[in-house]
Amino acid sequence: MILDSKVPSGPLEKKWSQFKADMKPVNPANKRKFKVLVVGTGLAGGAAAATLAELGYNVEAFTYHDSPRRAHSIAAQGGINAAKNYQNDGDSIWRLFYDTIKGGDFRSREANVYRLAEVSANIIDQSTAMGVPFAREYGGYLSNRSFGGALVSRTFYARGQTGQQLLLGVYAALSRQIEAKKVKMHNRKEMMDVVVVDGRAVGIVVRDLLTNKLESHYGDAVILATGGYASVFYLSTNALYCNVTASYRAYKRGAAFANPCYTQIHPTCIPQSGDHQSKLTLMSESLRNDGRIWVPKKAGDKRNPADIPEEERDYYLERMYPSYGNLSPRDISSRAAKRVCDEGRGVNATGKAVYLDFSDAINRLGQKVIADRYGNLFDMYENIIGVNPYKNPMMIYPAAHYAMGGLWVDYNLMSSIPGLFVLGEANFSDHGANRLGASALMQGLADGYFVIPNTINAYFGKGKPQTIPTDHPEFKKVEVEVQERITKLLNVNGKQSPTQLHKKLGAIMWEYVGMARNREGLKKAIGLIQELREEFWHDLKIVGPDSYLNPVIEKASRVADFMEFAEILAYDALMREESCGAHFREEYQTEEGEAKRNDKDYSYVAAWEFQGVGKEPILHKEDLKFEFVHLGERSYK
Amino acid sequence: MRINLHVWRQPNTEAKGHIQLYTLDDVSPDMSFLEMLDVLNEQLIQKGDDPVAFESDCREGICGTCGMVIDGIPHGKQSGATVCQLHMRKFKDGDDIYVEPYRHTVFPVIKDLFVDRSAYDRIIQAGGYVSANVGSAPDANANPIPKGIADLAMDAAQCIGCGACAAACPNGSAMLFVAAKVSHFNLLPQGQPEKATRARAMVKRMEDEGFGGCSNYYECEAACPKNISVRFIAKLNRDYLYAAFKEGV
Ligand code: FES
Repeated sequence: MILDSKVPSGPLEKKWSQFKADMKPVNPANKRKFKVLVVGTGLAGGAAAATLAELGYNVEAFTYHDSPRRAHSIAAQGGINAAKNYQNDGDSIWRLFYDTIKGGDFRSREANVYRLAEVSANIIDQSTAMGVPFAREYGGYLSNRSFGGALVSRTFYARGQTGQQLLLGVYAALSRQIEAKKVKMHNRKEMMDVVVVDGRAVGIVVRDLLTNKLESHYGDAVILATGGYASVFYLSTNALYCNVTASYRAYKRGAAFANPCYTQIHPTCIPQSGDHQSKLTLMSESLRNDGRIWVPKKAGDKRNPADIPEEERDYYLERMYPSYGNLSPRDISSRAAKRVCDEGRGVNATGKAVYLDFSDAINRLGQKVIADRYGNLFDMYENIIGVNPYKNPMMIYPAAHYAMGGLWVDYNLMSSIPGLFVLGEANFSDHGANRLGASALMQGLADGYFVIPNTINAYFGKGKPQTIPTDHPEFKKVEVEVQERITKLLNVNGKQSPTQLHKKLGAIMWEYVGMARNREGLKKAIGLIQELREEFWHDLKIVGPDSYLNPVIEKASRVADFMEFAEILAYDALMREESCGAHFREEYQTEEGEAKRNDKDYSYVAAWEFQGVGKEPILHKEDLKFEFVHLGERSYK
Repeated sequence: MRINLHVWRQPNTEAKGHIQLYTLDDVSPDMSFLEMLDVLNEQLIQKGDDPVAFESDCREGICGTCGMVIDGIPHGKQSGATVCQLHMRKFKDGDDIYVEPYRHTVFPVIKDLFVDRSAYDRIIQAGGYVSANVGSAPDANANPIPKGIADLAMDAAQCIGCGACAAACPNGSAMLFVAAKVSHFNLLPQGQPEKATRARAMVKRMEDEGFGGCSNYYECEAACPKNISVRFIAKLNRDYLYAAFKEGV
């Protein structure tokens, strides 16, 4: 496998315009002859489907939800970054680019990140034109807030529901194209596999979740925008349906999987309350603008927070990282929380929580201002925990949140299988080893609204791919394989539910492949995952019908893929003998416990090629060349 | 605590349903209502029984996937919250709880508590958007919008499309849903060019789908997990009249 990033030559700030100038566009009259399949209708997929339909392509879109409006993008709270410089605080495309590269600990591709920063401003313009009700100041102009990892105020937001409003914007645009019959929408259909003929992606096999029947669909190009894999940890902030199946099945068909070990642990989540816990709820990190994080100085201090005097509190982020303080990046904040809890200074009955305290901000600004900014988050907290956060500090703890890793793509967002494009969280492209807050929405929309319409145009400009009918033997073969796997699940006849087994996998991943990793632990994890996979295939229990809606089968099929994928994640973490971004290897840290990067040996993208289940995949390296930035230390002190 | 759950079981759309009683011991007050159902389902799987089918995804009150009727009220008695945000501490030891799917002819039951809400999608498709192709946008600050207007539009835009309003309405009207979306756009300058056509097209689609009309029961507002105000229905009525006037009918 050869990984050619296809980055255009020339100066960084000219690459994208040069790319567009060089491509041979498809004749508008011919566009409807090209069929594009879009899998996933969140920010990236929904935006791509709507925009490609506006351009005249023949689009079919697929979601396992009952409606495209349910995609998990909807849950993003805090905001979306854009280099608008509306605050006149010195922001620029370059600064957003640099912050993102640095935030990713210099493990992303310069050209992709620069393009992201370049189109960021257009996203705000476009979303506003579509009626997204961003927050405004009294003068009527758009409002901004600050986010972790940046010293300028460039985050646009819609209360604590920015993801919802942007997704509903995408959903509106998509709905318009569905009404115009430019997009054929397939709800409640889950992609089960990619079909590859002569080395080219020619379509997909989907499962109708109501009838349990399989269907084949042909596309001149296939776009995966199927989100991230943080649910491999079982407990995460991801929605319950989130899974790795689409990406993982593409990987099994030959698409390289890049940097799976880069998984983000979000510092501000509501702590776990018991074994019944089905997911963890994130509290937007925008809260860290006004909340101060602390734990008692003394280990084992079980006093009521109000009874702990100021001088006996440790505002550890402010102490350790004076210039960024409570706004330090996510990985740094998460590890700092873990460290103070490991020292026995954690709060809550479990000892696995830290305080996020708003009393200073409420005294300074008044409760009304805080309620205006974060009202819905405070309500959410009170609902879940049963404690009023205006009166008592919140308790938070890190939780698995986002996958920076994903399918490898080139500058065109095309995977290593020609004709298969990957967008949004599902690709590995822009966030390196760690994603900054408010950058996921930016990337999803950049990919969907602005990048793919151009790169797919360039791809199709080379000529119309040959149509492969869905009765082609390869389609039939893949359908049979998918059906056999489901039948195999149904025939295990063991004792454990898919959820029970998923919980066990999550426990292994969180313990050995979570916030801090080491060689021994990772080797152990690989063995444990392999054993658990055996257990899965010998002890899985499925009940209910197999020819009508059955959520147990859906869940089992997704967990089966996690059981294989988890191992790749651990291999990647084991191979990367350095600490960078969200990947923290205990063997590689400075004396103060900070991540120690190794640019000499690990300045590359690790792209894995499937070799068979249980076999170590082949590692391919895409060297990261930094022509325009200097690889600095990622210091937030 | 111990809970007696009376749950609607219906294997498919055509089948007749019935209420089935399940008793759950050891329910923790910290569990969410859906986590309590998860526990029930795990027990059913262990016994080899078909678990209760219900939908949920984000479990934080934003995606609108969850939705069921608890003791006669969509999303249960806690106001301003979805069922996934409802916690067992709101119930007492020994409580009998009745759990049913939304009851609405436009939302047919697929299985147990699982219903088909695709009619809401089709209402949006009729006009719930601003027709602005990608690439055509001016600078976002080119048109300042008074904060009050933007905030009001945001109040309307918070709708999560869960279906509770229509399920709660004695007339089976989806007026609050339609009003929220129409108001969101019609309040904003961006929505003005299509203001009249949007109101008419969306109301017409609502009627064509088989939803009833609004006669001001306001049950929708009480059931709405996002506290969307019925004042938006009044605004929709004004926009609708304006549309009729514009079109001379
Ligand atoms: S599951 Fe998303 S709103 Fe309840």
